[in-house]
Amino acid sequence: MSAVVIVGAGPAGIRAAQTLVEHGVHPVLIDEASQGGGQIYRRQPANFTRPARQLYGFEARKASALHQTLDALAGQIDYRPGTLVWNAEHGALDTLRDGHAAHLPYQRLIIATGATDRVLPVPGWTLPGVYTLGAAQIALKHQGCAIGERVLFCGSGPLLYLVAYQYAKAGAKVLGVLDSAPFSAQCRALPELLEQPATLGKGLYYRAWLSAHGVPVHQGATLERIEGGQQVQRAVWRKGDQLHDTECDALAFAHALRSETQLADLLGCAFEWSTLNRAWLPRRDQAGRSSEHDVYLAGDGAGIMGADAAEMAGERAALALLQDLGQTVDPQRCRTLEKRLTRIGRFREGLEAAFPFPEHWAEQAPDDLVVCRCEEISVGELRAVVGEGHWEINRAKAHCRVGMGRCQGRMCGAAAAEIIAHCSGKALHEVGRLRAQAPIKPLPFGVEHDA
Amino acid sequence: MALFKRLAEHQRPVLDFTLDGEPACGLLGDTLLTAILTSGAHLRGSDFSAEPRAGFCLMGACQDCWVRLGDGRRVRACATALETGQQVLREPGRRP
Ligand SMILES: Cc1cc2nc3c(=O)[nH]c(=O)nc-3n(C[C@H](O)[C@H](O)[C@H](O)COP(=O)(O)OP(=O)(O)OC[C@H]3O[C@@H](n4cnc5c(N)ncnc54)[C@H](O)[C@@H]3O)c2cc1C
Ligand code: FES
Repeated sequence: MSAVVIVGAGPAGIRAAQTLVEHGVHPVLIDEASQGGGQIYRRQPANFTRPARQLYGFEARKASALHQTLDALAGQIDYRPGTLVWNAEHGALDTLRDGHAAHLPYQRLIIATGATDRVLPVPGWTLPGVYTLGAAQIALKHQGCAIGERVLFCGSGPLLYLVAYQYAKAGAKVLGVLDSAPFSAQCRALPELLEQPATLGKGLYYRAWLSAHGVPVHQGATLERIEGGQQVQRAVWRKGDQLHDTECDALAFAHALRSETQLADLLGCAFEWSTLNRAWLPRRDQAGRSSEHDVYLAGDGAGIMGADAAEMAGERAALALLQDLGQTVDPQRCRTLEKRLTRIGRFREGLEAAFPFPEHWAEQAPDDLVVCRCEEISVGELRAVVGEGHWEINRAKAHCRVGMGRCQGRMCGAAAAEIIAHCSGKALHEVGRLRAQAPIKPLPFGVEHDA
Repeated sequence: MALFKRLAEHQRPVLDFTLDGEPACGLLGDTLLTAILTSGAHLRGSDFSAEPRAGFCLMGACQDCWVRLGDGRRVRACATALETGQQVLREPGRRP
């Protein structure tokens, strides 16, 4: 029987695996991606030749260190890339690899499933040429491609400036950056941001670099709609009471990130409301223990804290697991990790203040805006259902299919909750959270079951 | 018309495949999504309105990039590597 299983081979999962091995425990490490590294340190295909410096910029050293750690664990862990965990029940996972389904029992589980972009739709967002900020970065990092010839970057959050900078540096034509956050918010957030001067410095550097290279940066600028026939042709945006339009053939947008929490949900972990993340998140103690005695949580999948925190949280969760198995671990190391995580937590609050959530989005969303791109449910349809009294998000889902499609609400869930809350006059947390359902990602037909 | 633009890693072996029965080519290391969108502008028609879609998240989350292969399998174009000789079909989606 496989005693310890880790889901997710990003910074959190890899550091957890390393820590376990250092203490003589040899886990199974599963990731859906064909190469380890997670989102930020995603690797390029083996026959690509760009050096780490070009792919990861300032983070090149950290990326290489993490990749080397994973490679050095070969033979000491049961690493299963290309493997999706699509279901979880007490004590066991269901996995899928190359069309083969398998059942994997565990004694202890570390969930390190990371995050995806948080999306607030605008009219035209389903047009070819419109991508999330994360997608734009993956196209470049993993495939050496830009999402189009002339690209506009919109939304908010740290990825906005980073990806625009990476594109411009790689030779793409960046038409501009539209940041929905006003400059004043960023000034007010300075005290918390100074908790992590190096990270703050990088953020400022990307901005300054863009300006120095003639890329227009607009703050307090909101994307209103995207226009085009068969693909993107134009973006219409607002700054103050002025409407502007920019001709472009690709556009990337998002408002920060959202955690992948489905496995914790299926396993019955208790959730609590996070005002900072505007989301229900699995509850964890400082060490990463969930409400379930055999389930641990680490990294962005348990709340957005970034890559450095993910590495620390992965190590801390593994140490907690070892303690619970009766092993002696270095208490000083545990305290150091917790202290550092607390400090990053304060920085994270600063980031939230610097890139505040666009509170008026729900109010301004037009009725004919498609909120759910899988089932093509409009904001108006959702509002009608709320008007009939269905303000709990799973009830609304049952009545109009929002969040019921193939993405299981990954793309529309956050937006749907905002619409329901605004329309019903409830607080966002009262609306509840979309319950996870297995399979958490669609399975192809003709899956074979291994014994 | 192509959607994606290659910025780097041009020196790779060319792989031939077919897209909706027409000859097409990509490069070794491309995902199906990259191979299709560097020559065309969509991956599928949406299930309810047949509007063109070209993926959205590139990380296996949105499920808006499914294409069909010659052997009948349906795969996510963003998470599937291009192989030589693949027959890729873009599904038109349902018209309302
Ligand atoms: C697209 C994207 C780009 C980003 N780029 C940056 C950046 O440049 N700089 C920065 O500071 N931060 C970036 N971030 C933030 C980044 O997510 C974190 O900083 C960091 O990667 C978190 O590490 P993690 O280990 O928690 O999760 P991740 O790195 O996200 O790793 C989670 C892993 O779990 C796997 N997984 C999830 N669910 C399953 C499942 N059901 N079955 C099997 N495997 C599963 C995923 O494939 C993934 O590899 C980015 C985030 C995203 C989404
Ligand atoms: S583009 Fe989102 S799943 Fe492939």
